[in-house]
Amino acid sequence: MNIRTLDEIITEAEAQKVSISTIIKIIESKELETSVENLTKKMKEYFQVMKESAQKGIERPISSLSGITGGEGYRLWKASENAISDNVTLKAAARAMAVSNVNASMGRIVASPTAGSCGIIPGVLISVAEKLGKSDDQITDVLFTAGAVGKIIAMNATLAGAEGGCQAECGSAVAMAAAATVELSGGTPRQVGHAVAIALKSLMGLVCDPVAGLVEVPCIKRNGMGAVQAIMAADMALAGIESIIPADEVIKAMGEVGRMMPEQLRETATGGLATTPTGKRIKRELFG
Amino acid sequence: MNIFDIIGPVMIGPSSSHTAGAVRMGNLARNILGEEPAEAQIVLFNSFSKTGKGHGTDKALVAGILGLSTDDDGIKESFEIARKKGIKADLVFGNTHPEFPPNTAKFILKGKNNSTVVIGSSVGGGRVIIFSINGFNTEFTGEFNTIITIHDDRPGVIARVASFLAEKSINIAQMKVSRESRGKTALMMIEVDEEIPEGLDSALSSINHIQRAMIIKSVLGGV
Repeated sequence: MNIRTLDEIITEAEAQKVSISTIIKIIESKELETSVENLTKKMKEYFQVMKESAQKGIERPISSLSGITGGEGYRLWKASENAISDNVTLKAAARAMAVSNVNASMGRIVASPTAGSCGIIPGVLISVAEKLGKSDDQITDVLFTAGAVGKIIAMNATLAGAEGGCQAECGSAVAMAAAATVELSGGTPRQVGHAVAIALKSLMGLVCDPVAGLVEVPCIKRNGMGAVQAIMAADMALAGIESIIPADEVIKAMGEVGRMMPEQLRETATGGLATTPTGKRIKRELFG
Repeated sequence: MNIFDIIGPVMIGPSSSHTAGAVRMGNLARNILGEEPAEAQIVLFNSFSKTGKGHGTDKALVAGILGLSTDDDGIKESFEIARKKGIKADLVFGNTHPEFPPNTAKFILKGKNNSTVVIGSSVGGGRVIIFSINGFNTEFTGEFNTIITIHDDRPGVIARVASFLAEKSINIAQMKVSRESRGKTALMMIEVDEEIPEGLDSALSSINHIQRAMIIKSVLGGV
């Protein structure tokens, strides 16, 4: 089976009356010539690493190696009682930043899909599962759905900031997290597709402009904001809101926008926030 | 590409190119040396030299020559680990080289028995290319198990190595030969599909005109 579009996966899941993750596990086990049990076991181990990194970053402030960022996840977590946003959303954002803090401190993370966007999927899934009372096994399952969405994006567009800007990294992570959230909440495969489209559309055009070339500013807070957008995209899709542009077309458009993006805004740290007076000062202070 | 290229790998942050790729390059340099290094000088070039400290590239390169993997918690403390093992590691910043790619490092490694000079680049997503070994041009990613021979540039040496591998049912995926000059020393790089059996390097070394044979186990492809 040579699947290249999200629509093929959704159609297959509908025909078999199963979830997207069920379909993907079978396809991947054939491709990797291993059992579904082995795949699930490995994914569950990855989820444990995700949980550890999120926990580490909310328990105490974690400083980056460069010292320009630190403790964002911890601070938002501590603010949860008096916060304006609701608890799940806030916790998702806090955990997403916590994982990104751990990444910037040379800690262990799961690239999902990249190191720069590693906070969004753990932040969203741990927090949503907490509210819905879902088990680690159930989260492990929907990580396959997230992975499938990422794979389709990689095949038809890109996941690399150097090729497509931040829309390709954080944008894809938001789409993947939204997809997994819909399935975890009992949404249909078709609704998963709409969540992907809604999420990716909302981040289309986002540039990759890291200050001093480091995975910190604006990456860490962008992971936090991305978590919020993923949850809202999932809620919209679960409410029956449909994307007018189908997900596969949105994905291709994202790739096209990436190719149109000037090189200065594709991870080279030569435009956007990286070349603001403050961005340039930070770079000077760190690297001379 | 499989699902664990998307969700995964597990790695030490912050950057696949500046951290994970740097570890892999160090792993390959260590494998090329073929033993625990006693002394290492690592020269960082271009973007590695400019922004390496902020990404922990220096720690990652040292972790690599210590043989730590890209997801090892010890990467952060690699300097201390090297010191405890009595390995002298000297990192040299501040170099630029217009012909080298952005993220380049040069390893000058000395062990008990061997020494080697390896130059390579991290090319994104954790993938690396080693483009020079002991002054010979190479092009070698570490994604395959690789056999490297340093041999006298004489007719028939390459054929003897190829038929030796054929006898062992080892299939050659890619191969490249470069030499200092005609009739002197040459380097051959052979990427193979199979696992390379233990002791193959010493068996190859006993072939006439082969000075040294090395076996370099693959380090995974993309992060």
